[in-house]
Amino acid sequence: MKSDFDLINRIEAYLTGELSPEEHAEFDQLRKQDSAVDLKVVEHQAFIQQISEYGMQKQLRTDMESIHEQLNINSIKDEVLPAKFKVRNLWNKYRLNTAIAASVAICAVMLTLLSSGYFNKSITSNYSALRREINNIKRSQNQLIKGINDRPVSGPANPGQFGGTGFALSANGYIVTNYHVVKDADSVYVQNSAGESFKVKQIFIDPAFDLAVLQIIDPGFKSLSDLPYTFKKNSSDLGEDVFTIGFPRDDHVFNKGYVSSLTGYAGDTVAYQVDISVNPGNSGGPLLDNKGNVIGIISGKQTQTDGAAFAIKSNYLIQSLASIPQDSLVDKLVLNKKNSLSGLSRTDQIKKLKDYVFMVKVY
Amino acid sequence: MSKKIKSSVPEDKELIIGILNDSKDTLNRIYKNYFPMVLQLVLTNNGDEDEAKDIFQESVIVLYNKVKGGNFELNSKLKTFIYSICRRLWLKRLNQKSKNSSVDITDFDEIISVEEDLEHHQEKELKFQQMEHALVQLGEPCKTIIEDYYIQSKSMQEICEKFGYTNADNAKTQKYKCLQRLKKLFFQKLG
Repeated sequence: MKSDFDLINRIEAYLTGELSPEEHAEFDQLRKQDSAVDLKVVEHQAFIQQISEYGMQKQLRTDMESIHEQLNINSIKDEVLPAKFKVRNLWNKYRLNTAIAASVAICAVMLTLLSSGYFNKSITSNYSALRREINNIKRSQNQLIKGINDRPVSGPANPGQFGGTGFALSANGYIVTNYHVVKDADSVYVQNSAGESFKVKQIFIDPAFDLAVLQIIDPGFKSLSDLPYTFKKNSSDLGEDVFTIGFPRDDHVFNKGYVSSLTGYAGDTVAYQVDISVNPGNSGGPLLDNKGNVIGIISGKQTQTDGAAFAIKSNYLIQSLASIPQDSLVDKLVLNKKNSLSGLSRTDQIKKLKDYVFMVKVY
Repeated sequence: MSKKIKSSVPEDKELIIGILNDSKDTLNRIYKNYFPMVLQLVLTNNGDEDEAKDIFQESVIVLYNKVKGGNFELNSKLKTFIYSICRRLWLKRLNQKSKNSSVDITDFDEIISVEEDLEHHQEKELKFQQMEHALVQLGEPCKTIIEDYYIQSKSMQEICEKFGYTNADNAKTQKYKCLQRLKKLFFQKLG
């Protein structure tokens, strides 16, 4: 080991020319005589060469790297490339990324629009195509159908899958409610204030205005006495006091408020915006003014906003009813023209009204 | 189709002398004059600027090795030599990228045969990587001692001071041990 160390030192000195001429000549002599030493010299020289080449190349790389950093690549690119080449290359390179980004953007936009209820107006007219989506929107938009299935079942009767409110259009058993309350229903029943249930048939739906007309077909049903309220033909005024009766739970619930805007959700001219507290189950309930005129039908509320419920204007109800072909009706549907609520106190009005407001149970 | 690159092309002989003298200025001029050409080649043939950089730098290394190896005969323009090397290297990469489709390349300059140079380069490149690997494995302070002595050509005295050895002989012993280990690591890899 010691001798090898000395030998290497001598070889290095020999190679770098540090030896005196006599020593150099002596070493040359040694190389000639001893082939092992000679081999060692060659080997060592090659290896040192290897290291220095490595060093050189590394230095070269570092130098180039620093030169490269000084370059303005983009300006060189512009110089060497015709514009179309660049675009095509970018397109080729980023095609996939663009596609992904675009689809993500579209999804995000759709989801946002969907969750903000943007499609609310158009879905009704494109009903069949967007059937599934409608469902989602109905949920997210807090349409006032009451989900009954999560409540404890009391009593023998099946409480129904969904509930809403409806009210009489005429004494002979026509009832109006929201289309979204009875949509997709297998069968629909209404329950009056006495707790009696009657089977009803959907005789007319108007998805565009979110209206459905039902008729009681139960043999146990006897005609109601004359309706106490009338249907207002023209538009109501801003700020008008209004009230409603509905079935957000299993009993009549009264709420009052005022007309806060003459247009509904997202500028919908079919509806009013009403500042009134309504809850799931109030859908389809009558909205009445102080004189006891029905001015609208509660249909929904905005989830993110306080005090923004919506009611479909009564003149659209009248318009919609007028489009029912009379010969398709078994009994004549004649709207009441005589108001017997006007001038009564609110409590008396409600007492009279109660019998004409029904809970709609959907199975 | 493509714009011609306008620049004052340096004299090839000047450059070669510069390369032999390790002139930084020469490297700078080579880089600035010939890189745009390679960038153009790579970008128009489905590459990006980083790939252009890699290819170009490799070609410069080939050039330097060839010139410094002493067997460089200037029988073509330097520019053509670099372009040919880059073109060959890029074709190779393209072939690796798209294994089954045939690769077609848009050319911008004349080319010469550089197969031999590239074969030679590959060997060198392999050794370079082995050396790099061996040096990393060697660890400190050996790596720095070896680099200082054999690459930076520092004297034993300087190294002795830098590493705080009591005398140059100790440093020499240390250097000897390091070199032996490096040899072992290097040839181990080679075998």
